[in-house]
Amino acid sequence: MDKHTDYAKLERAARTRKALASIAVYALLTVWAVIVLFPFYWMLLSSVKSYSAYNSEYIPQFFTLAPTLQNYVDAFTAVPLARYFANTLIFTVVTTLLMLAVTVLAAFAFARLNFRGRNLAFVAFLSLMMIPNELVIITNFVTITNLDLRNTFLGLILPSVTSVFYIYLLKENFAQVPDELYYAAKVDNTSDLKYLMKVMIPICKPTLVTITILKVIECWNSYVWPRLITDDQAYFLVSNGIQEIRENGFGRENVPAMMAAVVVISVPLIVLFLIFHKKIMAGVARGGTKG
Amino acid sequence: MDKKSMKGWLYLLPAILFLGFFLVYPLIDVFIYSFEEGYNSASQTYYGVGLYNYAYVLRDPYFLQAVKNTFILVIITVPVSTGLALLISVGLSSIKPLRNLYQTVYFLPYVTNTLAVGLVFMILFKQTPYTDGLVNLILGWFGAGPVDFIDGPYWAKMFVLCFYTVWVVMPFKILILTSALASVNQSYYNAAKVDGTSRLRVFTKISLPMISPTVFYLIITGFIGAFKAYSDAVALFGANLNAAGMNTIVGYVYDMLYGDSGGYPSFASAAAIILFAIVLTITCINLLVSRKHVHYE
Repeated sequence: MDKHTDYAKLERAARTRKALASIAVYALLTVWAVIVLFPFYWMLLSSVKSYSAYNSEYIPQFFTLAPTLQNYVDAFTAVPLARYFANTLIFTVVTTLLMLAVTVLAAFAFARLNFRGRNLAFVAFLSLMMIPNELVIITNFVTITNLDLRNTFLGLILPSVTSVFYIYLLKENFAQVPDELYYAAKVDNTSDLKYLMKVMIPICKPTLVTITILKVIECWNSYVWPRLITDDQAYFLVSNGIQEIRENGFGRENVPAMMAAVVVISVPLIVLFLIFHKKIMAGVARGGTKG
Repeated sequence: MDKKSMKGWLYLLPAILFLGFFLVYPLIDVFIYSFEEGYNSASQTYYGVGLYNYAYVLRDPYFLQAVKNTFILVIITVPVSTGLALLISVGLSSIKPLRNLYQTVYFLPYVTNTLAVGLVFMILFKQTPYTDGLVNLILGWFGAGPVDFIDGPYWAKMFVLCFYTVWVVMPFKILILTSALASVNQSYYNAAKVDGTSRLRVFTKISLPMISPTVFYLIITGFIGAFKAYSDAVALFGANLNAAGMNTIVGYVYDMLYGDSGGYPSFASAAAIILFAIVLTITCINLLVSRKHVHYE
């Protein structure tokens, strides 16, 4: 009998220890989740507080009973936020489309076409991945300035198009498409371009979607190049816009209006993320880098 | 050249043009700039060739301040973010319910605009005549005095910069580490369970060695990324980082290129090349160290 109670005790002790451990794990995870989410909560909260209410809070309040949308109106009327938004949209769409065209053609050449010097060219391309952006941006700045392309979309877009890594990623995927399909297409007298459009692209759609999303994120958040190449507000992207708002917009003390602008700028990518979070996370795990 | 080869190169042509013009040519050119003394970007003339640009940059107090800031940032944020990410990832892989939710939440900072969220961090930490700010309110609960984290003492500013940098780089690290942990062969854990091995021992003897190549990859990319820090600092302290005393090496390069103190591509080039010499050296040291400590299958 003694032994029996011992077992029960042991089991209970083990269960308690397990429960304690998992409580500790959940506590840690929750603390970090709060740290991650809190800034988002705070920006939403501040953006719906009225200007006078916000500035009369010596002790910041964690909620508001009188939410207002006035700050969002201010964000669109007092500063050209809609303009920044439209610029970013144009920049993102055009850059991403150009990137896709260049990347698809190059990846197809490396994966499917046989031509002299292919392997050497591929190695050369791969070695380009090691060139840090911070080194080449200096000459690009001078080039674009000398071409009189400052404060133009062309100047913003052209140096942002190419990404060697995406060519590599897509080439790997294209190479997995069975050769038999290509030979069958050749027998049917299909041109290479038609084969690429009708067979390769549909099969590799998931990878194309991934690189598109990664490029969109990159474009939407880009700050350094647009800052160097634009000083005319008419061509500011959202990152530069937010910096401009911070330094001169609204008057320094209108934090609620600033936060409304920050919310407006952050929402598109957050929505994109909530819809595609599995694809985005898988894509980044395969090769995105940041930090 | 035969027709087939022509076709292949034709498909590659757009990529070659873009890369050649905006990646290869600039790479060569940046070295040329860095040796041209007294380059004038208006008239595109220079006096001579030599090491003057490097000498100037290395004596510039703003550059030395930027180097100091960058090194402090690297030394603090790389170990803290990697260690914290490891802890959280191990925690994540030990639970089942809510795991996907947590993972999704943790990834959120990756898709947000660094400049925009940096503004929120500034608001949270900033002390104004109207309010001490939220962080100071919380510090007050523990009896700590209000500190101006944005315009105040150096270490307060450095703390915010490090905190924000860690916040920004964590999503990537957690994502990579959780997928590495998920790919460890389950039979090792089962064997440990049969032997009644403690959690800590399972972690140090199984998990850590198995994912050590990934950890090492994150340390290297973390070093490289932290050395290139810039927009986080701008988000917190504004575009004039020299005035705030919080400039980074990359910030120094851009300031030399453009803005109120800009117009000196030669100095910018020299500073950028010095930065990449530092990064290359640190990466080589990392590679040497890793040979001893990383377990490759």
